[in-house]
Amino acid sequence: MTTSPTPSQAADRNLSPVARFLKATEIDTRLLGMVGALLLIWIGFHLFGVAFKGAGSFLTPRNLWNLSVQTASIGIMATGMVLVIVTRHIDLSVGSVLGFCAMAMGILQARILPDVFGLGSPMIWIVTALAGMALGMLIGAFHGWLIAYRGIPAFIVTLGGLLVWRGAAFLLARGETISPLDSTFSLLGGGPYGSVGAVGSWIVALIACAAILWMIFGGRKNRARHGFALRPMWAEYFLTVLGCGLVLGATLLVNAYPWPKGIVTQFAAANGLTVPEGGMFISHGWAIPVLILMGVGVVMTVLATRTRFGRYVFAIGGNPDAAELSGINTKWMTVKIFALMGFLTGLSSVVASARLNSATNALGTLDELYVIAAAVIGGTSLAGGVGTIYGAIIGALVMQSLQTGMVLIGFDAALQNIVVGTVLVLAVYLDIVYRKKTK
Amino acid sequence: MSNKGTPLVELRDISISFGGIKAVDHVTVDLYPGEVVGLLGHNGAGKSTLIKCLSGAYKADSGEVYINGQKAEINNPRDARSYNIETIYQTLALADNLDAASNLFLGRELVGPGGFLNDAAMEAETRKIMGRLNPNFHKFNVPVSALSGGQRQSVAIARAVYFNAKILIMDEPTAALGPHETQMVAELIQELKKQGLGIFLIEHDIHAVMNLCDRAVVMKNGQRVGTVNVGEVTDDDILGMIIMGKKPPQAY
Ligand SMILES: Nc1ncnc2c1ncn2[C@@H]1O[C@H](COP(=O)(O)OP(=O)(O)OP(=O)(O)O)[C@@H](O)[C@H]1O
Ligand SMILES: [Mg+2]
Repeated sequence: MTTSPTPSQAADRNLSPVARFLKATEIDTRLLGMVGALLLIWIGFHLFGVAFKGAGSFLTPRNLWNLSVQTASIGIMATGMVLVIVTRHIDLSVGSVLGFCAMAMGILQARILPDVFGLGSPMIWIVTALAGMALGMLIGAFHGWLIAYRGIPAFIVTLGGLLVWRGAAFLLARGETISPLDSTFSLLGGGPYGSVGAVGSWIVALIACAAILWMIFGGRKNRARHGFALRPMWAEYFLTVLGCGLVLGATLLVNAYPWPKGIVTQFAAANGLTVPEGGMFISHGWAIPVLILMGVGVVMTVLATRTRFGRYVFAIGGNPDAAELSGINTKWMTVKIFALMGFLTGLSSVVASARLNSATNALGTLDELYVIAAAVIGGTSLAGGVGTIYGAIIGALVMQSLQTGMVLIGFDAALQNIVVGTVLVLAVYLDIVYRKKTK
Repeated sequence: MSNKGTPLVELRDISISFGGIKAVDHVTVDLYPGEVVGLLGHNGAGKSTLIKCLSGAYKADSGEVYINGQKAEINNPRDARSYNIETIYQTLALADNLDAASNLFLGRELVGPGGFLNDAAMEAETRKIMGRLNPNFHKFNVPVSALSGGQRQSVAIARAVYFNAKILIMDEPTAALGPHETQMVAELIQELKKQGLGIFLIEHDIHAVMNLCDRAVVMKNGQRVGTVNVGEVTDDDILGMIIMGKKPPQAY
């Protein structure tokens, strides 16, 4: 190693302290922007409540916990939509496919499987969920095949799918709503019983913190081994404290939201407990659908950034011809990407129908727009080649925060649509401005 | 050059047309190990299209490809790679949003345990080969869209020579390079030639062709005008073939 400063180190000295801080920690400004926008929305809705309704109800454990659960379904699909959009495609069918899978799973668990396994058998929810995800994957693969091997543009294939699968969902049960669902299955949608409680949440938090430590210091060791530039030590510590702090803070928050009285009484009665005078504080903790979203986020991030599959997705998005000339089977990749999107839609369908504890043929209506908006707000470029999984999840949180906040302050559906549509266009415009500036 | 024995590559009677335009019209060329064959011709003569039939980018309408005397089925770029054919495309064929290492290893990534990408190892290898090809290259951690034309070309060249090709196709490899970098590529070609590679070199600069090539094939309007041993002709003979399609007596 030479001792003379490399050009990049020399350039560092001319940067402002803030820019130097961002460079050292490798936090990108667009992530900061998204987090800033999110906080703005949260605080804005809260203050609106304080000003006009006497009390803010947005920044409460209860609302934020609900927000996390409501984000799960859109967030899961948004991680797949990132890959679809990165490869310059689009999937307009996810909402309808979600509805179709939900209906199929509803019929399966309510009308078919109880006869096979016996009512209340744990096999019911397992087989149902697996079948739903497999169904979604098959539909996605079929879309991908039409796009890749039959040359029909994704826009058209999935626009057709939007109509076909919604209609098919209706036909499956002739428009009936199937409710209730299997009681174990419905835990996958959250609720007091569908959450892991205080202790479980702390275990999750510790695992997450361990993973953060491992990522930061394992990554450092690997870079050091090859003699590459390292982040300064203080930046590593800062990132560790920030990451673990966020995890622990969020866990405190979800643990601060207690079960409602009625559920506590019911639970106490069922377990032969007596509820003490002042009531019993039983924490919700992390909801299962939120844990599913986190798991999906981690797996999809690894897939997108650490595997050949992910590398090819981005290569195809950057230059489809170059990808093909580099020996990548771009058609087969397209099938796999849409199959993955379908699989995630199936998983999201599990979460969404479980949360409602019913399958209706309208489930997932307009979800495609929220999912695409989440991915795009999260920095996925419609020109292809650029996008992150964490961005899409934050994007989903932004969309859901807007929606929840508007419901809290009493906007009606018409106004909600106007706001969401405007935000989407504005977000894309800001993205274009941002990209021009950083070029 | 003693072109005896089986040629490394033989393109026999290749034709391909695009919507009625005969881009390549019954062209036959061959290439021996340790030989550099120049492909020359006016813009649109069909040079790039011809070599794309060998690199797997296009499938010829008719004609055959023989590698080491064996008939080869090249239906896509993967097939070509399996015959150790590497190509530097005129368009460079880089994914602009990826960095140099990701482009260099695209389709042939180094993976560690569990099948996960080993980006650090790929970057280390990229630094090594770029150190040899273009020591002034330092932009390893930015997308190649942020590189200059010449730097991008260096990446494309590095990708073609890294993987121990036996047959190398270079479509105007120095078009964007400065004089020093061009000189380095010339030295590289001579070194690879010594190692026994066969190289197709598409090049407009007659000087470079006279210096680097053993034989030159001239194309005009999709057809082969003729082939010459570079040692037996003058610049003007070759220019005459390119511009007027005039075949000197030494040509065959
Ligand atoms: N994909 C394509 N579709 C339609 N026509 C094409 C295609 N590729 C090449 N052609 C046509 O085939 C002919 C030969 O093109 P080619 O790229 O092989 O020329 P070239 O000899 O490499 O020229 P240059 O020196 O400009 O690179 C041209 O007339 C071109 O317009
Ligand atoms: Mg050309």
